[in-house]
Amino acid sequence: MKIIRNIGKYFLMLLVVFTRPRKWNIFFKRLFDELNGIGINSLPIVALMSTFIGGVISLQTASNMTSPLLPDYTIGYITQSSTILEFSPTIISLILAGKVGSNIASEIGTMRVTEQIDALEIMGVNSLNFLVLPKVTAAILFFPVLVIFSMALSMIGGWLALILSDLSTTETYVLGLRAFFVPSNINYALTKTVVFGFLIVSIASFYGYYVKGGSLDVGKASTQAVVSSSVSILIANFLLTQMILL
Amino acid sequence: MIEVKNVNKSFSGNQVLSDINTSFEKGKVNLIIGQSGQGKSVLAKCMVGLHEVDSGEVLFDGRDFTKMDRLQRSEIRQEIGMLFQGSALFDSMTVEENIMFPLAMFTKMTKGEMLNRVNFCLERVNLSGKNNLLPDECSGGMQKRIGIARAIAMNPKYLFCDEPNSGLDPKTSILIDGLIKDITKEYQTTTIVITHDMNSVIEIGDNILFIHQGKKWWQGDRQSIITTDNPEIMSFVFASEFMKEIRSSMLEKRS
Repeated sequence: MKIIRNIGKYFLMLLVVFTRPRKWNIFFKRLFDELNGIGINSLPIVALMSTFIGGVISLQTASNMTSPLLPDYTIGYITQSSTILEFSPTIISLILAGKVGSNIASEIGTMRVTEQIDALEIMGVNSLNFLVLPKVTAAILFFPVLVIFSMALSMIGGWLALILSDLSTTETYVLGLRAFFVPSNINYALTKTVVFGFLIVSIASFYGYYVKGGSLDVGKASTQAVVSSSVSILIANFLLTQMILL
Repeated sequence: MIEVKNVNKSFSGNQVLSDINTSFEKGKVNLIIGQSGQGKSVLAKCMVGLHEVDSGEVLFDGRDFTKMDRLQRSEIRQEIGMLFQGSALFDSMTVEENIMFPLAMFTKMTKGEMLNRVNFCLERVNLSGKNNLLPDECSGGMQKRIGIARAIAMNPKYLFCDEPNSGLDPKTSILIDGLIKDITKEYQTTTIVITHDMNSVIEIGDNILFIHQGKKWWQGDRQSIITTDNPEIMSFVFASEFMKEIRSSMLEKRS
């Protein structure tokens, strides 16, 4: 019952979030701050994860290349397809749900328990629109950039791992990366990323905005935000794959 | 003037406010006092729309706030300044940005005009030159004064102060009380102060509303609170021996 009530409350929240900002210059200033906070600050973790996981994917594929019938470029192909289809859009989004989601839930939750949101409301500011819309917009705009960055670094990580381990040549790996490349997979990956970005930020904002109590409750809300946005990413991933790929 | 008519409020079946009827006059410091958990803060939050009333009316100069939609409320709220118990300053903004925030949001002032207004407000609360400090670099008393500066930035008609003296030393409390009183007289605001501070009751209470068990129990001014023999008031305001002595000496002087 509580879940149904929360889902209803979440959609009502979105109705208030997606209204016209009172002052566009303030909105854009906040948007650039959020692009920095949500996007630019996530680059290091995305770079680190992508490079190492790309390397691991190619090493694991190489270690399983026991059949002589499999061409050598399979390693590059597997790295490319698993990175584009699943690793970069989904796994990176799950990582961002932890980093960005908990950050947003605790930031907005702290504003709630310290009455900063009440102060905004008393001034006549639409606090949901003021706080959440720039974050959602920043996530929708920047998450695809992060995922493209992740795809590139993952493939570079795979290449580095193969070359350093002397398991393949650059030519063979690049041939694999280009083999059976389906451009529409990029659209699929970026569409998923936009949806995941929206879900992460809006769900985290929801838990932060409606937190009640003190600092302990902010911590709980932050955890709930990460769990709920991760689950919603998995469900959305399944649904979007059904709709777009099949 | 703010009028509260037949306001009722309950949470999960627990009646917190019962049929509150009162009015708060312009140019006066109106205090809401009472023990913890009796409904003072709920009443104030109902008045500014942070809680919705179950029934009743809250009239801001005749305009019923409870019947307004979000947009209409936003217009009224631009006439309200509020000082929160914990100051509620935006911790990512400097003092200057905090005070400038409502001006940037709701006025068409130029940057220079806004800066002049910020400096005027800071001067008014004796904090000139503190523009670039962050809230966590300021003491509790300074944060309260910055909260007042932000509350008066838009020249409010109505000023709400939620326990402005909590957590402050007696000297700073007197300073804050004086500031609230001066601003009320100077700008003729309708000021509502929720307080536990008995010094505030005696010093600045032009109109005092005593809330007990969610009901309006008593209302009067600071003179009449001294002379009242209402047992609940006696046990709340004059609970300590010290306050009882003060009361007796004041009564002696009067007689």
